Parts: sequence; C-alpha cells; structure tokens
Amino acid sequence: MKLKGRAHKFGNDVNTDYIISGRYKFKTLDMRELAKHVMEDLDPNFYKKIKKGDFIVAGRNFGCGSSREQAPLAIKYAKISGIIAKSFARIFYRNAINIGLPVMECNTDRIKEGDELEVDLEEGIIYNKSRKKKIKFKPLSRFMIEILKDGGLAAHFKKYGTFKL
Amino acid sequence: MGLTITEKILAAHAGKKRVEPGEFIEAKVDIALGNDITAPLAIEEFRKSGVKKVFDRSKVVLVPDHFTPNKDAPSAQQAKILRDFAKEQNLKYYFDVGRMGIEHALLPEQGIVGPGDLIIGADSHTCTYGALGAFSAGVGSTDLAAVMITGKLWFKVPETIRFIYRGKLNKWVSGKDLILYTIGDIGVDGALYKTMEFTGEAVSSLSMDSRFSMCNMAIEAGAKSGIIAPDKITLEYAKKHCSLFQPKADPPLADTVHCSLPTSDPDANYCEIRKYDCSKIEPQVALPHLPSNTKPVSEVGNIPLDQVVIGSCTNGRMEDLRIAAKVLKGRKIPSYIRLIIIPATQNIYLQAVKEGLTEIFLEAGGVVSTPTCGPCLGGHMGVLAEGEKALATTNRNFKGRMGHPKSEVYLSNPAIAAASALKGRIAHPAKI
Repeated sequence: MKLKGRAHKFGNDVNTDYIISGRYKFKTLDMRELAKHVMEDLDPNFYKKIKKGDFIVAGRNFGCGSSREQAPLAIKYAKISGIIAKSFARIFYRNAINIGLPVMECNTDRIKEGDELEVDLEEGIIYNKSRKKKIKFKPLSRFMIEILKDGGLAAHFKKYGTFKL
Repeated sequence: MGLTITEKILAAHAGKKRVEPGEFIEAKVDIALGNDITAPLAIEEFRKSGVKKVFDRSKVVLVPDHFTPNKDAPSAQQAKILRDFAKEQNLKYYFDVGRMGIEHALLPEQGIVGPGDLIIGADSHTCTYGALGAFSAGVGSTDLAAVMITGKLWFKVPETIRFIYRGKLNKWVSGKDLILYTIGDIGVDGALYKTMEFTGEAVSSLSMDSRFSMCNMAIEAGAKSGIIAPDKITLEYAKKHCSLFQPKADPPLADTVHCSLPTSDPDANYCEIRKYDCSKIEPQVALPHLPSNTKPVSEVGNIPLDQVVIGSCTNGRMEDLRIAAKVLKGRKIPSYIRLIIIPATQNIYLQAVKEGLTEIFLEAGGVVSTPTCGPCLGGHMGVLAEGEKALATTNRNFKGRMGHPKSEVYLSNPAIAAASALKGRIAHPAKI
C-alpha cells in the first residue's frame, strides 16, 4: 500500500476531544458532517486546508482519551490518508486500523508543515520528497495491512468470515 | 519463564498454553459492553454485516449511562437505538433509567464480571474491571460489533509493568491518590500499550472500591489494562455480588463469572518494575489540563472553586460517598459554590438514602443526582462556563472536558473534594 500527500503538523498528547469536540460528537452519526469539524479546537481552518490524501503528523500519544471511534472516523472522512506520529494511544491505534485508516510510528521531528510525503506501508518507509530524506518506521504487521487493504475490520471479516490472523 | 496474570488470562481465552508479549491472538470474550455513545455505531456495523443475532444474548451488555436521563432529542435518539436493539435481541443485561448505573460501577455490582474473565467495552474506562483480577480493555465500536457477531476479538499481548506499593497508607489517602501519584510519576503515556499490574501490601490493604478507582485510571497513563491479582477481598466481593445475582442467572453464572483466582508466577516477565513508598504519599490533586499534572494537596496553593463534583466511574461508589458524608456532616457549603453528588448506581443511591448520606449532602447545600456520567465529559448535570474552575473526583481534566474550552478541571479523591466544597477552594479535610 502506497500513500501520497502533504504533512499537517500537530504536537504531543492530541486527545480525542481535540480531534472531534464533544460538541459535535454526540449529535450525529453522519461522519461527513463530523469531518468538517476535525481538529477544530487546535486549528479552526484545518478542514479547509486538507487536500485529499494529506497526512496528519504529530508527536507522542496521538489520540489519547476516549475510545470513541468518531475520532479516527472524522479524520478518515476528512480525506486524510494516514497519521504519522511518535506514538499513539492504543485504543485510537486499534480503532484507526479497524476503520481502515493507516497509522505509522516513527520520529516525526524531521517532517515539517507542508512537506510532501510518500509512504510505503509494507516496506515501512516514509520518503520526504521536500527534504529528499527517507525515514524508516516499523512496518505494520501483515494482519493489520490485510485489514487496511480490505478497508477495515468489518469488510475484512465479511470477506473471510474470520479475523484471519 | 513464568507468566503474568494477564498472559495467563489471555492464553486461557485463546486456547493456548502460553502467550508472549507482542504476539497477536484471537481470544474468546466473556463480556462485551457498549453505552449510548459507542453502541449506536457498533449496532450500525452489526446490521451491515447481515448477521441477525448476537453471538450470546447473556454476554452483550448495553448501558445507556452517558446522556441519560436523556438531555435532549439527539441523545434520546441514541439511547433509543440501544433500547430497541436490546429488545430485539432479548439481551439479558440491559439497564434503563431507574435501574441504570454508571457502567463500570454497575457491571461488578451486578456480578456480570468477575476474576479471570476477559472483558471488552467500547469505553476507555473498561480497564476498571482489572480490579477483580480480570483482563479488561477499552476498544472501539467496530471491535464491539465484531464481538457481538463472533464472540471473539484480536489482541496484541501487552507487556506488563509491575508497580509495587510498599508501606501503610496515610490518613485520607485512597486508591485514587495512588493512581494519581503513579500517573504523575510515569506520565500520560508512561504505560502506553502495556498492562499496569498493581501489587504490594498497600494495594492488598485497599477495599474493592479503592481498587476499582485505581484500575479505572490505568488508561490515563495510556495503559491497555490495569490489574490486581485476586485475593481474599476480591473473592469476598465476587461471592457476595455473584451470589446476589445467581438466582436469576440463566445459563448458570459460572459461564460468565469464573471466580477463578489467577496470579502472576514469581518468575513472570515484567518489562519494568517500579516501587513506591506509600508513607511518603499524601492526597494528590491533578491540575489542569492533564491527569499527570499532579501535586500533593498541600502544595496546590489557593485555588478558588466554582463547582465540586463527587461521582463518576472513578469515585461514585459507596466508600466514596461515605467519606464525603463524613467530611460534610453537619456543615454547609458557601453560597457561591455548587456541589454535585452523583451516586454511581441505583443500588448505591438507595444505600446512600438508607444510611442517611443523602440527607447530609442535601443539608450541606449539595444536590444529589440520579446515576449518570453527565458532567465528567461536559455532557449535562453540571457543565462549566467560561473561566470557571471545578474540582472533580472524575478521571480526566483535558481542556474543555467539563464544558467551556476556557474552564478548568482539577482531579482529587472524594474527601478532598468534600473539604474543598466546604472551603470554596482546594483544601485538605484535616483543615476543616
């Protein structure tokens, strides 16, 4: 799986309330509507800046807080192709894989706002085109890549009738 | 090499002799929980799958506790999705207003979860049940849907950090203070992806209520689960609560509540061991805007408050209400402070009435609400205005958590909360 897009940078401990505020989270199950408010409390214009395929690039513990799947779903429906962070909160990480949103863990210090990135999920390589630098990350497990390729756990399960670890 | 209690429980549910940290497993789930925020999405996924019936009507538990009694039409709509689904699937464990409690206080009380179980819940504080010696982890709605369909889920076996709490607890110090102190020490990502195993004589001396509040906040250090090996206190609790429920149990309760007593082997593999001397720990307060931003209450300084909340899945249990009442008895809070007390379950509420605790709270000038998660997540029943400060016995103090993005939340145990309500600023009960 290969992904391409620009980097939008955020800091450490971006919690699920910042990703999609509780003001909207409980009001609707329409993810396209929720997506318009993604990261709003950190950057009110964020949704408008996104071009299809862009990445969120962050520091440590991205997605900490609640277990609500609305958080990764809002990001996915905002047309973000993946999240690159130093580390992820585990429920968020799990939810992201389960809904088919790629998540990559590596040192993100050398990625700057607006950098053009190309990601190879199987190889575990991020190529920073703007800086002509390669960054390695621990490739996702085969099982997780299968889920991502199938578009999430629900579709994966429907296809095989088992988790197919 | 021996196994940790967590590895043993996971291995048993994966049908294996042993599992290693980092290994992916498919494991059977004993209980799967959803609430009025997370279950609607799971039910939608369940419907999409084309499957007609949940894998076991006695193992899927739905508790509408976040926005109930419903605060507005959209939240009523969400709760209705649960109610309709529970009826349609003839779920054994569905708790509506009047029987409802905050899920993580309710499930142990009702004997639905017990030692040795593997529990998942679409709520981050599902880690609470680790206090019973169960493996219990928060997941998302898709995971919940997968379990509703199959009764199984994939897990990555976590590494375990062992925490050893030595010595005797100081007066006014509870499980809440131990966990706040620990999160202050290791940080909000200090146990990321890992299990926190709480051990030592100070933990053994804790009541079940205190153990629940400790395991409840493992997620605030990023942990997958928190766990305390079952002992005499656990077993007494499990026996009492499981037997209460047994007459109604169908199929026999042994199916869901194992009441086995798994423990870690002496040569179990821990990725880290941390030791604390409890004689040096005083009641803790977490300052805005992270649960790791902790200080001993004596070092917090003068923080005037607008509101105090005593309740939540962390601290809305009997022990919490009793200690708050002990501090508040015969006293009145100042005019410009709001004290909101929320017993975590209907049974706790009733017991508080019988023991005369509600009378103490009302006479002190507090309000007592029916069980709800309400204010903890800025939902209802005590949302903060711009610039307001609250001290709460809840678990998270992120920016805007209890209302306006420019409001502030401080976290503490119920004794500190009660004393602070009386003083109108953060205060130690010994100073009342």
